[in-house]
Amino acid sequence: MSDIRYSEDHEWIILDGDVGTIGISDYAQGALGDVVFVEMPEIGASLDKGAEVGVIESVKAASEIYTPVSGEIVAVNEAVDGDPSLVNTDPLGEGWLFKIKLSKPEELNGLSNQDAYNKFLEGLD
Amino acid sequence: MSQSPQDQALQQTALHALHVELGAEMVPFAGYDMPVRYPMGIMAEHLHCREKAALFDVSHMGQFNLAGDDAVAELEKLVPGDINSLKTGRMRYSLLLNEQGGILDDLMITRGAKDLFIVVNAACKDADEAHMRAHLAGDTRLTKLDDRALLALQGPQAANMMGQYDAKLAKMPFMSGMQASLDGLDCFVSRCGYTGEDGYEISVANDQAEDLARALLAFDDVEPVGLGARDTLRLEAGLCLYGSDIDTNTTPIEASLTWTIGKRRKIEKDFPGAGPIMDQLFDGPSRLRVGIRPDGRAPARAHTEILDLDGNIIGEITSGGYGPTVGGPVAMGYVDAAFANDGTEVGLNIRNKVHKAHIAPMPFIKKGWK
Repeated sequence: MSDIRYSEDHEWIILDGDVGTIGISDYAQGALGDVVFVEMPEIGASLDKGAEVGVIESVKAASEIYTPVSGEIVAVNEAVDGDPSLVNTDPLGEGWLFKIKLSKPEELNGLSNQDAYNKFLEGLD
Repeated sequence: MSQSPQDQALQQTALHALHVELGAEMVPFAGYDMPVRYPMGIMAEHLHCREKAALFDVSHMGQFNLAGDDAVAELEKLVPGDINSLKTGRMRYSLLLNEQGGILDDLMITRGAKDLFIVVNAACKDADEAHMRAHLAGDTRLTKLDDRALLALQGPQAANMMGQYDAKLAKMPFMSGMQASLDGLDCFVSRCGYTGEDGYEISVANDQAEDLARALLAFDDVEPVGLGARDTLRLEAGLCLYGSDIDTNTTPIEASLTWTIGKRRKIEKDFPGAGPIMDQLFDGPSRLRVGIRPDGRAPARAHTEILDLDGNIIGEITSGGYGPTVGGPVAMGYVDAAFANDGTEVGLNIRNKVHKAHIAPMPFIKKGWK
């Protein structure tokens, strides 16, 4: 498995072979607040990097999820569908959202590692 | 020269420093820097209010005193409620109406021994003041109570706490108001609220507001609650948010607020917009504000289209989201009158997908006040 990588839209991705698992960062779940519904992408959908892939609804508002890499959706997290609060309680683990088979693995190079993402977050406040 | 947003400094309530100290996330609301949530989070804050007690800062709202022998008669020229029949110490929910029958604001009116105490929405308070000053004649004297804060203590435990300051506060009827001393602070206390729970609103001098807030927060069962949960609480309670669910384009009849028109006022037809409103009452309105329960789990937010089963647009959601006590999405909005009956199946266009829903009675929760 690869190290975790982050987009500036606060999605994370961990690569296993040519399949990436994607979720939202701990910062993002904290900013959204209590997650009550996630609209997941359809399995089999092919998406370009940056495309809207789903929506996270918190008590406060709806927020779009963007895929940080291009590829084909191969799985969605049914557990989050049943208990959306997993996105709050374990955003980097059980609260993952979907898996994507990368069509352009080189796009990973454009994403931030943990240190760079932490620095990016410091710049937001 | 145009003003940049930075020039339009947000106003602060007397409790601003306390909100920051308590770790609130502050957001602009109606020109004020207000707490939207505390570290507890909107969901837990909402549930705490339903189970125990919540303290809200609603000092951004407009408080007015209207005095003078003609105060009741003059105010009745602006609202459809029967204020004349209101007994001393009792309060009533009412509406400021324009001549077309549109709603300029909703407000609370409490009758004192010699005067009226009025609370209006923050976003409307300057316009309301101008409207009242332009129309209130006779010997009326309108005073804006800028020197006072307004706190709301809401929830099933609120009466126990207020009763510890003064036993009369625990016994006062819902929709009544009285002067009281809370921890030695001179307050005007109303038993009312905007959550669907039993509770109180407490008007106190700005320079004593923080002392009062700290005294109330010292009770084990009280937590500070922000505007985020205030919105989900009032939505579950089926209460209108001015600017979203009612405005100058909606009449009391369409808004399902016909009950705010006093019986005597209907007969005398002497309130603003009485002509069009009474016509609408007689003929039936073309659309009505209703409660809506999505059958699935996707929340339907404001401006979501409401569809009939053939896909025709029959209305629009005006407030919607997740109801923490209901445990699912709830909404209200306007639909063509033919679709307004409870149980009617409708569709909701959420991100270009049709989600099933049905018209449902409000409140969505069991009301906590008597």
